[in-house]
Amino acid sequence: MKNKYSIFSLIKNAFSQHENWKQAWGNPEPKKEYEAVIVGGGGHGLATAYYLAKKHNMKNIAVLEKGWIGGGNTGRNTTIIRSNYLWDASAGLYDHALKIWENLSQELNYNIMFSQRGVMNLAHNLQDVRDLKRRTHANRLNGIDAIWLDTKQVKEFCPIINISQDIRYPVLGGTLQKRAGTARHDAVAWGYARGADAMGVDIIQNCEVKGIKRNGDQVEGLETTKGYIKTKKIGVVAAGHSSVIANMAGLKLPLESKPLQALVSEPVKPIIDTVVMSNAVHAYVSQSDKGELVIGAGTDAYISYTQRGSHDVVEGTLKAILELYPIFSRMKMLRQWGGIVDICPDASPIISKTNIKGLYFNCGWGTGGFKATPGSGDLFAHTIANDEPHKLNAAFNLNRFVSGDLVDEHGAAAVAH
Amino acid sequence: MFIINCPYCGERDQSEFSCGGEAHIVRPKQPTELSDDEWAEYLFMRKNIKGVQFERWNHAHGCRKWFNMARDTSNDKIHAVYKMGEKPPVI
Repeated sequence: MKNKYSIFSLIKNAFSQHENWKQAWGNPEPKKEYEAVIVGGGGHGLATAYYLAKKHNMKNIAVLEKGWIGGGNTGRNTTIIRSNYLWDASAGLYDHALKIWENLSQELNYNIMFSQRGVMNLAHNLQDVRDLKRRTHANRLNGIDAIWLDTKQVKEFCPIINISQDIRYPVLGGTLQKRAGTARHDAVAWGYARGADAMGVDIIQNCEVKGIKRNGDQVEGLETTKGYIKTKKIGVVAAGHSSVIANMAGLKLPLESKPLQALVSEPVKPIIDTVVMSNAVHAYVSQSDKGELVIGAGTDAYISYTQRGSHDVVEGTLKAILELYPIFSRMKMLRQWGGIVDICPDASPIISKTNIKGLYFNCGWGTGGFKATPGSGDLFAHTIANDEPHKLNAAFNLNRFVSGDLVDEHGAAAVAH
Repeated sequence: MFIINCPYCGERDQSEFSCGGEAHIVRPKQPTELSDDEWAEYLFMRKNIKGVQFERWNHAHGCRKWFNMARDTSNDKIHAVYKMGEKPPVI
């Protein structure tokens, strides 16, 4: 890499008041033709481009982003990373990602602040207890670390939790994945962008796709706000806007796009050193390095592309947070926002070819795509380069909605979708 | 978050309603004759429009009646509310 970051480059640049750092990635105009074009410059799209260049030697490629890189759901999620999914196919997919996360800062030479602080999932009723215990066993059979904690152990692991059995949703126990945790979401996009750019990938921002040109059942190129771009391979990683792009190619997807909200509090001193998720009451909380509580809420139950979301959803989440953590009762919330998530009927993603040659989709990540970013990029790159899925994403094909072979993580994952 | 004008109760907060998804998806008349592709189309494939779409809503915490709505999903503006069985308005 041209400008390797290290303690020495830091010292060297300190002498020039940090005014001579090189730009981490370029700002090129699109070429007339590319070997492949990735639509969507979020974490997943940039990771796809990075692995296409690195592992499949496809360097003449571009990433098109309608806004700025990492400005969509990559910058709007609650940064939780875990792999404790129930089904074998999901466990394989998400643990593949988790294994890449563990060395990603070194690989990218970019500090993504990956922190394996553990993720705890709480059980609030007998069915939760049964489901979560079952999931713990399933995880272990798949080689994923998982332990069951009883109420007392939950309290020991996270002392601020209210374990009174007289509350509406008492804590009856929980699962813990110690390898799970968080990462700095923007840094993931920036690290992949820098890595891809160094290998010759064109990252083109403020470039919106307006149409997909086909010749019969083969894609030929893209109409964009920066002109026509010729290409034989298009990988779409447009999250909430996947259906919009699919419609341009005359394709229908099994997706519904809904706002998912998150909010952060004013910054306070360290109070919670792990991630706690609560399935039944739909509240997640962790603390950022700046000291803000990062709180995840639920989705609105209707299709919307507005990137806001309803107040009653936030209210419901905060009610649950306050019951579980009475210590937060006087904290002020600083910011609230929504991201548009594309939800599949089985709450599992699609990383797949389509019946149009050269058109690939990576979508349907719904409410939990961030954790999969590196694995998703790696597997999607494999699918695009070889025109065949990798064995880890074979189950996540588009055809499963025809065959009925769904990967039903709805409610079976650690969180109610 | 928005206000919905229920055709039976008048203006109420959206949180009183539940959304039943895309409207005017007709249940197959002869389910036994359907191919797997046609089943997938009926059960799973959705237009998921960014713009004006027709959808079903239920006044779940009110009169509990179903009705249809034309709503712009890019800004949540409601263009029309019409009863079940009525044809969608031209927008």
